[in-house]
Amino acid sequence: MDSNPKENIIEEVTNKDYEFGFVTDIETDFIPKGLNEDIIRLISKKKEEPEWLLEFRLKAFRHWLTLKMPTWAHLTIPPIDFQDIIYYAAPKQRKEKKSLDEVDPELLATFDKLGISLDEQKKLSGVAVDAVMDSTSVKTTFQETLSKHGIIFMSFSEAVKQHPDLVKKYLGKVVPYTDNFFAALNSAVFSDGSFCYVPKGVRCPIELSTYFRINAANTGQFERTLIVADEGAYVSYMEGCTAPQRDENQLHAAIVEIISERDAEVKYSTVQNWYPGDKDGKGGIYNFVTKRGICRGDNAKISWTQVETGSAITWKYPSCILKGDNTVAEFYSVAVTNNYQQADTGTKMIHIGKNSRSTIISKGISAGHSQNGYRGLVKVVPEAANCRNFSQCDSLLLGDQCGAHTWPYVECGNDSSILEHEATTSKISEDQLFYCNQRGIPTEKAIGLIVNGYAKDVLNKLPMEFAVEAQKLLSITLEGSVG
Amino acid sequence: MLLNIKNLHVSIGGKEILKGFNLGVNEGEIHAIMGPNGTGKSTWAAAVTGREGYDITEGEIWYKGQNIVGMPPEERANLGIFLSFQYPVEIPGVSMQNFMRTAVNAKREYQGLPPMSMIDFTKMMKQKQAMVEITEKLQNRYVNVGFSGGEKKKNEIFQMAMLEPELSILDETDSGLDIDALRIVANGVNQLHNEHNAFVVITHYQRLLDYIVPDFVHVMYDGRIVKSGDKKLALELEEKGYEWVKELKL
Ligand SMILES: Nc1ncnc2c1ncn2[C@@H]1O[C@H](COP(=O)(O)OP(=O)(O)OP(=O)(O)O)[C@@H](O)[C@H]1O
Ligand SMILES: [Mg+2]
Repeated sequence: MDSNPKENIIEEVTNKDYEFGFVTDIETDFIPKGLNEDIIRLISKKKEEPEWLLEFRLKAFRHWLTLKMPTWAHLTIPPIDFQDIIYYAAPKQRKEKKSLDEVDPELLATFDKLGISLDEQKKLSGVAVDAVMDSTSVKTTFQETLSKHGIIFMSFSEAVKQHPDLVKKYLGKVVPYTDNFFAALNSAVFSDGSFCYVPKGVRCPIELSTYFRINAANTGQFERTLIVADEGAYVSYMEGCTAPQRDENQLHAAIVEIISERDAEVKYSTVQNWYPGDKDGKGGIYNFVTKRGICRGDNAKISWTQVETGSAITWKYPSCILKGDNTVAEFYSVAVTNNYQQADTGTKMIHIGKNSRSTIISKGISAGHSQNGYRGLVKVVPEAANCRNFSQCDSLLLGDQCGAHTWPYVECGNDSSILEHEATTSKISEDQLFYCNQRGIPTEKAIGLIVNGYAKDVLNKLPMEFAVEAQKLLSITLEGSVG
Repeated sequence: MLLNIKNLHVSIGGKEILKGFNLGVNEGEIHAIMGPNGTGKSTWAAAVTGREGYDITEGEIWYKGQNIVGMPPEERANLGIFLSFQYPVEIPGVSMQNFMRTAVNAKREYQGLPPMSMIDFTKMMKQKQAMVEITEKLQNRYVNVGFSGGEKKKNEIFQMAMLEPELSILDETDSGLDIDALRIVANGVNQLHNEHNAFVVITHYQRLLDYIVPDFVHVMYDGRIVKSGDKKLALELEEKGYEWVKELKL
C-alpha cells in the first residue's frame, strides 16, 4: 500500500455521545474539602515529601491568597468556590504495591476501556505511558527500556523521591508560582503528573505519554508535568485526558514546563478531551492550564501541537521563550467548540535569542452556541536581531449562533526581524456540502471530512497514534452541529 | 423506465425557472440536452439531484419506480444518480483518496455492504484512473484544489467511474476541454455505458456528440423542452442557432 495511512482513517463514527463518560467504582482516599495551609501540609505529608517542597507549596499558597482570578479572557466563568473543592483524591490500591506490576485490576480495566493498555506485553506500539487517575500515578510502563538509555520517565511524586536534585533544579523555572492565579494554585496543591528527563545526546527511542483521568466527584485535578531535554537530546511526548460525565463542573488547573537545552528538541502533542458538558452547557471541565517551554540553549527546538475538543471552558496558551540563538519554536493548534463550550486559547512566542524563528498555525472551529477565540503574542526584544515569525490564524464557523475571535498582539523591538500574520474566517460552503452529498456522503460525515481537511496542516504534525484519535474526535465533536 | 419527469416546475427564491419540464429516459439510452444560456439546464440537474433551495412547486420525478421529490441528495446519489458538475468544487485538505473512499463506502453502507478493503479500493482507484488517463498520483491531491479546468472535468468522470451510477448527468463536461481531453472524457463515458445505465449529457456543442452519440437530442428553452429529435437535431442547431427554437415556443 503506497498511500499515507493518516489519510485513510475517517471511519464510521457512530458514537454520538462523549464515550468516556463512565465512572470507575473504586475505593478512593479523599482528604476534606477546602483549601488552607493545613490542607497543603496534609497533601505534602500524604505524598511523603521533603521539607523544601512543602516550603515551595506554602510560598505559592501565600502568594495565591493575594491574587484574583484573571478576567481578561473572553470567557464567561461562573464564580468558583475554591473552598468547595477536594484537592486530593487517590484511588486506594488494594495493598502496598511491591512491584509496579501489582496494580489494582479495576484500574487496569479502566485504562483498558479508555484504550490505554498498561500491559507492556500486550502493547503493539512502542509508547511508554504514565497513567494518572485523579491525584496519583497508577503505573508507568516501559521503565526498564528507558532506564537503559538513562532516560527518566516516572510520576512526579516518584521523581521527587528518586531524583530530588533534578526536580529541585528545574521545578518552577519556566512557570514560577508567581506567574498567574492558576499557576500559583497549582504550585500550592499539585498532586501528581509526569517527570521526564532525557540526558545529553540521547534520542528517546519511543514516544512518551501521560494519560490523565479524572474519576472522583467534587475533586479538582492539579497535575504538574516537567520535561527536560538536556543538550542534544530529543523526545516526543504526548498527553491525553478524559473525565466522567457529571452535572457539576470540575476544575483542572495543570502546569506543564518544558526545558530544551542547547541543540535539544522536544515535541509535545496533546489531544485534550475533557468532558465538555452536555448539549445545554451543563457540567464539564474548567480547563485552566499554564503550559510553557524554554529553548534555553542555542539551536534548541520546541513544538507544541494541540487538538482541543473537550472542556466546558478552556483557558490555555502553550508558549515558548526562545532564549538561545537560532532557536525554533512552533505552535500548531486546532480548537473545536460546540454547544455551549468556550475556548480562549493561543500562544506566546518570546524572542530573546538572535535568529530565532517561530511558527504559529491556529485553526479554530466553532459550532452551536460556542465561543472560540485565539489570543496570541509575538514579542521580539530589541537585542533579538533577525528573528522570524509566521502566524496564521484561521476560523471556521458552522452555523450563525457561534462566535470566532482573534486577538493577535505583536511587539517588535527591532528592525531586522520580520513578523508575518495571516488570518481568515470562513464558513463551510453550501457548494462543498452539496458536492459531498451528491457523491452519497451524508451531511454530518461531509462536515467531518471538510473540517478534518481544514485542520490537516495541524493534524499532520501529530504522532500517528494521536492523529487517528484526533480525526475521529473532530468528527464526533461536531456531530449534530448542523440542521 | 429509469427516469420519468412529469410536468416539473422549479422555483429558486420564488422565481420560476423550470416551467413544465417533461422527459423520459430508459436504461441503455443516451440523451443530450441543448439550449441557450440561462434556460434552466443546470437548474434541472440540481432539481433531479435534490439540491436545497430548488423548490419543486409542481410535478414529479420518478426514478427506478419511486417519486424521489423530497428525498435527500445523498440518498439519490446512493440510488445511482450522479452529476458531473459544471463547476466542480474545491475541498482543501481532503485527499481524493479519502473523499472517494468515504463516498464509495457510504454507498456500500446504504446497500448493506461492509466497507471496501483498502487493497481492493486502491486497485479500483488505479484502474479507474487509467480509464480517464489520469497518470499523475491523484490519490494524495486535495479534491479539485489546483486542478486545471480540464483536470477538474476529467476528475468528475473519474468519480463517475468509481461510483458506477445508473443515471449520469453530465453538465457541460465538455466545456473548456482540449481535443485530447474531450476524447478521453468521451471514451470514459462510452466504456461505462451499457444496457443497464443511462446518460443525460448537457452541452452547447455538437462536437461532443460526435464522440458520445446520443439516441435523443432535446432542445430546452425558457424552462422546458421545446423540441426533441435524434442526433440530426444537434447538427441543425449548430447550423441555425437557437433563434428558430425561440419562435417554436410561441
Ligand atoms: N441560485 C440562483 N438564484 C437566482 N437565480 C438563479 C440561481 N441559479 C440559477 N438562477 C437563474 O436561473 C436561470 C437558469 O440558470 P441555469 O444555470 O439553470 O441555466 P443553464 O441553462 O444551465 O445556463 P448555462 O448554459 O449558462 O449553463 C438563470 O436565469 C439563472 O440566473
Ligand atoms: Mg448550466
